[in-house]
Amino acid sequence: MAFIDTFQKLEPDKKKSPFLHTAYDAFFTFFFKPNATTVGKGTHIRDAMDLKRTMVHVVLAMQLCFVFGAYNIGQQHFTALGIHTGLVEALHLKLIFGIMQILPIFIVSNVVGLGIEFYFAAKKGHAVEEGYLVTGALIPAIMPPDVPLWMLALSIIFAVVLGKECFGGTGMNILNVALLARAFIFFAYPTEISGDLPWVAGLDLEKGVAAYSWTHTLFNPIFSSFGWSTFAEGAPIVQGWSGATPLGIAPLEGWAKYNVNGELIGGVTNTYSPVQMFVGGIPGCIAETCKPAIILGGIFLMITGVASWRIMISMALGVALTGMLFNAWGFNPYMEVPWYQHFNMGGLLFALVFMATDPVTASGTNVGKWIYGFSIGFLGLVIRVMNPAYAEGWMLAILFMNVFAPLVDYYVIQNNISKRLKRKQNVATV
Amino acid sequence: MDALNIFIKAAFIDNMILAYFLGMCSYLAVSKSVKTALGLGVAVVFVLAFTAPVNWIVTNKILAEGAIIEGISFDFLGLIIYISVIAGLVQFLEMFIEKVSPSLYSALGIFLPLITVNCAILGATLFIVAREYNFVEATAFGIGSGVGWMLAIVALAAIREKLRTANVPAPLQGLGIAFIITGLMGIAFMSLLGLNPGTYFG
Repeated sequence: MAFIDTFQKLEPDKKKSPFLHTAYDAFFTFFFKPNATTVGKGTHIRDAMDLKRTMVHVVLAMQLCFVFGAYNIGQQHFTALGIHTGLVEALHLKLIFGIMQILPIFIVSNVVGLGIEFYFAAKKGHAVEEGYLVTGALIPAIMPPDVPLWMLALSIIFAVVLGKECFGGTGMNILNVALLARAFIFFAYPTEISGDLPWVAGLDLEKGVAAYSWTHTLFNPIFSSFGWSTFAEGAPIVQGWSGATPLGIAPLEGWAKYNVNGELIGGVTNTYSPVQMFVGGIPGCIAETCKPAIILGGIFLMITGVASWRIMISMALGVALTGMLFNAWGFNPYMEVPWYQHFNMGGLLFALVFMATDPVTASGTNVGKWIYGFSIGFLGLVIRVMNPAYAEGWMLAILFMNVFAPLVDYYVIQNNISKRLKRKQNVATV
Repeated sequence: MDALNIFIKAAFIDNMILAYFLGMCSYLAVSKSVKTALGLGVAVVFVLAFTAPVNWIVTNKILAEGAIIEGISFDFLGLIIYISVIAGLVQFLEMFIEKVSPSLYSALGIFLPLITVNCAILGATLFIVAREYNFVEATAFGIGSGVGWMLAIVALAAIREKLRTANVPAPLQGLGIAFIITGLMGIAFMSLLGLNPGTYFG
């Protein structure tokens, strides 16, 4: 007997327990192709690429970023301690530590978010909407590795209930749900998600030592039985370690600062080399640091047609032009950062590939997408460079343009209508 | 350059609706379609652009101490005179719109005369008095807050038009969801908070 038959026997009664039925339905359509057909009159569309597959494509495109993110959490942690600083040294420690940081965030994100989805679906008597699949993967990607889990849960409840379910569920939200969750933490608990310190996990900053809570008691016996190196609870942080990110250094010292003899004494390149920033060995949000993985994900999304290439290209164009403008202006050291290096710092590329291209909150028309992407690129860089209140601007720039996306669409459509009316009149007079 | 700085700040950063929550009643009531929202927005910009300098003159050349009679200040008449200046200008604007665009006039309905009691307009005047702007700055502030108000109402109207097909829960339909959208727009507008154009253009 096939697995599908046993699975179908489990189906709970829809009337008696609507909550269990929606949960069953969600998992059934996730594993198998649903065999439901449209009844009665209407258009019949048969396409294997339904909403659920579209969403899974985005989650797939993010996987490489998460793998590198897990490694990088460990790498940054041990860099702060000054032990195992080599790239592949003690790889098992770094990976296990990273996974043990990401896993709880991932579980909380999905349990809380999907719980809300299931509850609302049962209330409305609908099938579960697939929208949370992507949000549940995007939220861990843009969180600092040490984010308190209750805070995460609170922000997800805020974003999913007020940002999405109030508007009628998947496909109706105005603001990007993942970014709304992050903005909630950003404004409600700013110390947890901005500044130099939250980006490196597993440190007790008051005592200045490594703190693993329980990871080391679980894994140290296993590793020592293989004869491998183990976690050192209570190891001191290296003297002079500040944890500053490139975006924390750039406003103060610019890209590179030389003394009278032409020696490098400060700036971003004094701490991080461009190659290191490109590969991703810098402190940052969980999945935003590794640029090659993000670019691969972006190409994958472009080829499959899930994300709009128009938004990606226009946003990159907006950043490049604004960056060149700042280079020409050169008001302060930050504006003299080479425009192409802006792509190398912070969350720009991740926002460009995964956040701005969200088809629900972006503009729907093709002309609108160019305007929308370009405005995000311009605004984000303006916030990053010119606004001293925030180090990074992409979350806020995308939220800002989400608000104006319907307006952009409205005027593009009105413009098309008047153009076609004119064309019709011209044809009639000829 | 100070005037430009004040204009940008009033329009985008200290937005009348999204930062101060002034002028909410007409903002919520006339934001069902972009066309009427734009009409009301332009009307508010117009009224603000004229009331701000006129009220500045009233404050500094008539009400201020020693302006008319040596040693006597008419500050206590401030609120009444500001409101009558606003009411007079709105009356003029109403006649103007009725003549030029009867369709917009009927679409705006009661909310056009109600601009008189739109708190954004009196609020702008009181901000000008409290912050002691000069004449040019006061005009820039008036136009800037009007443009910011218009941007907010037009964006809200476009969102509400888009939401017409959305399955919003019954208790939230109409004003409820408009309040939630306004709150979310406030979060989005916080992106420019703290930006001081004066440091770059000063």
